[in-house]
Amino acid sequence: MNDFLNALTPDNLGYLMQGLWITVAVSVLSIVVSFILGSVIGIVMFEKIPYFSSLVGTLNNIVRNLPLLLIIFFTYFALPQIGIRLPVFWSTVVAMSFFEAAMLSEIIRGGLDSIDKGQFEGARSTGMSNRQTMMYIILPQAYKKMIPPLISQLISLVKDTSLASGIVLADLTFRGQVVYAQNSHYIVPILVFMTFCYFIANYLLSLLAKRLDRRLA
Amino acid sequence: MTIFNHYSSLFYSGFGYTLLASLIALVASLVLGTLFALLQLSKKRLWSGLGNAYVQFFRNVPLLIITLFFYLAVAKVIKMTGFVAGTVALSLYTSAFIAESVRAGILSIDKGQMEGALANGLSYGQAMRVIVLPQAFKVAIPSLGNQFINLVKNSSILAFVGGLDLMYQGNLVAASSFDTFTSYIIVGIFYLVLTLPLSYGMQYLEERLQGNR
Repeated sequence: MNDFLNALTPDNLGYLMQGLWITVAVSVLSIVVSFILGSVIGIVMFEKIPYFSSLVGTLNNIVRNLPLLLIIFFTYFALPQIGIRLPVFWSTVVAMSFFEAAMLSEIIRGGLDSIDKGQFEGARSTGMSNRQTMMYIILPQAYKKMIPPLISQLISLVKDTSLASGIVLADLTFRGQVVYAQNSHYIVPILVFMTFCYFIANYLLSLLAKRLDRRLA
Repeated sequence: MTIFNHYSSLFYSGFGYTLLASLIALVASLVLGTLFALLQLSKKRLWSGLGNAYVQFFRNVPLLIITLFFYLAVAKVIKMTGFVAGTVALSLYTSAFIAESVRAGILSIDKGQMEGALANGLSYGQAMRVIVLPQAFKVAIPSLGNQFINLVKNSSILAFVGGLDLMYQGNLVAASSFDTFTSYIIVGIFYLVLTLPLSYGMQYLEERLQGNR
């Protein structure tokens, strides 16, 4: 118990909280970017444009099947070699968004596939353009169906931000490591504290998912 | 290519460790996941509460934190290498996701199957094992497949604790050859060798299962 009090002094707590803030910032930015990018990729794969869609689908499959850790390391350590140099924060956001967009696009394509064809035909025959049909008729229905898998993907996004501690992004995980590096007695208290933070954040997300699901269903 | 020739033994040994960790974690998480799925569905509040708590906990906590916990805290009490700590963490983490898939599979099986089996004189355990679980696994195949792909990718977490896996060796090669770009591309190709066949195989299976329905 003493270890807990010693490890979680106001100073250390403040330091860790700044890390939590970075974790949240990376998560939110990556969620927004990957959601938009993933929607676009998902629609491209769904539309079956000759050659282009299958090319995008193949590239998407490759990204989806690589470990996120590799993509994060690649973005930060390898891209400078070809002249693309990003600060560590933005490097993480780019890597996370790129990977999660690939994961989300597959969910979004699946959701679009599940919408009845009659919805398209009905919308088109009432005089809506292709884009209007997509925006106002298909996507809202598809998103509704996708909520449970989308949220679980977002939860894994929040968890996966911890991988960026490997490229020394000063997020919650990295700062936790800094704190327990001072004293090995702090290891357990800090790990418990970090677990608590991530758990609360993700548990709130999953509660939100349940509520959304009940409301829209 | 010269990098690959020069460091090929490192890549191969990393590949071997990744494969080994994935296989061990696959078997362990399948067993644990099935057990916890059964716990979650237990009629006793205590058991189902325990099962739910386990699944919720591991689903909502980063794998890295769990791995660090085993490597730094548990390893002080029970001696273990980074490879063991990482594989144990990977198994526990994946088992929560597998429990969810298996649970959904069991719930999707018509109640009549269980009732029929019980009426025929099978015990609950027998009915579960012989009648319900085989059908449930068939339903759960697509989502289990996705979890296995995730498991192979997540095995890269071993690199954080000196687990000798592909990512770890890739980092070593990148550091000693100074050609980070090529090193990581080679690592990526090795991972794809494992995950792409799994992913396309899964798509094929899924289409076939849908056709059967």
